[in-house]
Amino acid sequence: MTAIVRADGLGKRYRGNWALSNCTLEIPAGSVSGLVGPNGAGKTTLLNLAVGMLAPTAGTIEVCGGRPGADAAQLAKVGYVAQDTPTYPGLTVAEHLRLGAHLNPRWDDAVAQSRVDRLGLDPGKRAGKLSGGQRAQLALTLGLAKRPDLLILDEPVSSLDPLARREFLQSLMEAVAEHELSVLLSSHVVSDLERVCDHLVVLVDSEVRVEGDVETLLNTHHRLTGPQRDTSRLPANQHLVSASHTDRQSTLVVRTEAPILDPAWTVGQLSLEDIVLAYMERAAPAGGVPKQATLEALR
Amino acid sequence: MIWLTWRQLRIQAAAVYALVAAAAVTLAITGPRLVRLAGKDGQIFDRLTQGDRNLFFTGIIVMAVAPAVIGVFWGAPMVARELEAGTHRLIWNQSVTRSRWLATKLGITALASALAVGALSLAVTWWSKPVDGAMSQTHGSLPSRLTPVTFAMRGIVPIGYAVFALVLGVAIGLVVRRPVPAMAITLVLYIFVQIAVPLWVRPHLATPIRENVSFSRQRMDGIMADASGKAMRITLNTGSQGNWVLTNETINAAGQATALPSWMNQCLPGPPAPGPDRSVVVEAPPIEGCLTRLNAEGYRQHIVYQPANRFWRLQWTETAMFLAFSGVLTWFSFWWIRRRVS
Repeated sequence: MTAIVRADGLGKRYRGNWALSNCTLEIPAGSVSGLVGPNGAGKTTLLNLAVGMLAPTAGTIEVCGGRPGADAAQLAKVGYVAQDTPTYPGLTVAEHLRLGAHLNPRWDDAVAQSRVDRLGLDPGKRAGKLSGGQRAQLALTLGLAKRPDLLILDEPVSSLDPLARREFLQSLMEAVAEHELSVLLSSHVVSDLERVCDHLVVLVDSEVRVEGDVETLLNTHHRLTGPQRDTSRLPANQHLVSASHTDRQSTLVVRTEAPILDPAWTVGQLSLEDIVLAYMERAAPAGGVPKQATLEALR
Repeated sequence: MIWLTWRQLRIQAAAVYALVAAAAVTLAITGPRLVRLAGKDGQIFDRLTQGDRNLFFTGIIVMAVAPAVIGVFWGAPMVARELEAGTHRLIWNQSVTRSRWLATKLGITALASALAVGALSLAVTWWSKPVDGAMSQTHGSLPSRLTPVTFAMRGIVPIGYAVFALVLGVAIGLVVRRPVPAMAITLVLYIFVQIAVPLWVRPHLATPIRENVSFSRQRMDGIMADASGKAMRITLNTGSQGNWVLTNETINAAGQATALPSWMNQCLPGPPAPGPDRSVVVEAPPIEGCLTRLNAEGYRQHIVYQPANRFWRLQWTETAMFLAFSGVLTWFSFWWIRRRVS
């Protein structure tokens, strides 16, 4: 497995506040990776570091084997659909494609044209007159026709209605299948990522909480329900993710590679959303508002 | 990149070039008459109509405003608008480094600014040539091309001002990141520079000529008195026309600037005779005696000036100075866009 994004001790500080700290991760080439976390967790900071919009304060990051944003060749390898999918309101759809063709040596005009046709975007229409979903599709078209090795998308669907959301992700997945590119996309909506991702990074409070293949995450996380007990006496191979207690009963989320042998526990399956929520819950300050409040449960 | 720059600039460029063209046509129509008038004899001032004089001063105002317009409308929004709308995240993630992006945009826009203001200055300079510094014995005069009123509105200096205003706007836009405040700050700073340079910088671009002149009827320029008839100041001319006088003050035998002696009050002419005809020169009491007495008591007139024949030398020096300022601001912009902007 080769890594398309490799971060080591990566950190970014703004005026004394760490927006991202001690981030170490490896995103495998060929994967569709999701970056999930509540608003303000540092997702955009991490993605901006990956495309070279920001320079790290600490640590290193390597994308497609090079330093992000180092030169034109590096820029050509990485596509970026930024948050709120920015486009030039005064330029038409056709002019955006022309812009892409002028500025990208690897530009694939056939891909761009056929996507615009398929989406039914009027080439003569100004981007400022497009709907949010159409604008996102236009930005995605620019990112795909650039033919990058890695396409990074920052909250591409957060401002879209559920239908446009589904269409966007669908066309993203079709393009991934067609062009064999790696994708890294962020969202604060787990259900969006659940549909499309095979690799997941959970970022909470500017730190990576868990990272791994979706399948592995599903197989190694369990919900244990049983009589109330002290969580410090768990077996060494079970990592406690979150715990909640009532007077009689304890409900734990644990991560373990080994089977659960203790007969006192009722072992339950967890969905990806449950796992993500468990990691965010752990980050919530005691007695405070749980972080999951900011996690939208949209389906 | 060139196509994109052109595409994003074309509306503003069309507006500015249309104004330049309109100004050039107006001047081309009215200009030849002035050349013919100047050919007749030296008395062009008396033949100018009110319209000519209005056009002369309009030309000065247009040339003063043009670089500011470029700085405010082309420079300040160039990067600030992208930063505000977030489109920098789109454009800086194409396969073009942001340095090259800025270099292309700045280069093309600077060229367009230099061409627009250069063409405008050429037209205005040509039109004003016959009338710059035109004088009448009795009615007054128009400023000569070396004086602060007109110097930066003639020749090649406006090009330096325009490029400087553009780069100033771009740099401020980069730092402020929002177009409207950037435009306001650019305007204020540009006006400050426009005022500060003729006041404090231009006089020193070439070492001015300093002379201590004795008083004589030929060199007399004027005597100013206050309402009570007390003589306040005396001014002499530099002996030739079109010079830019920086200092014109009376000094005593010790070489210090001084007020006029009180006996000078006797040398003043009385108030003008009442009546409609103001052009009648009120005969002053013979002033030669007073001037001789001033000379004899050791008074001299200290005159500091830039001579008229230094016009082009000062033009080149000031243009080079503004291009150097622009170079520093350009360097700063590239440094900032690489290090400080995300």
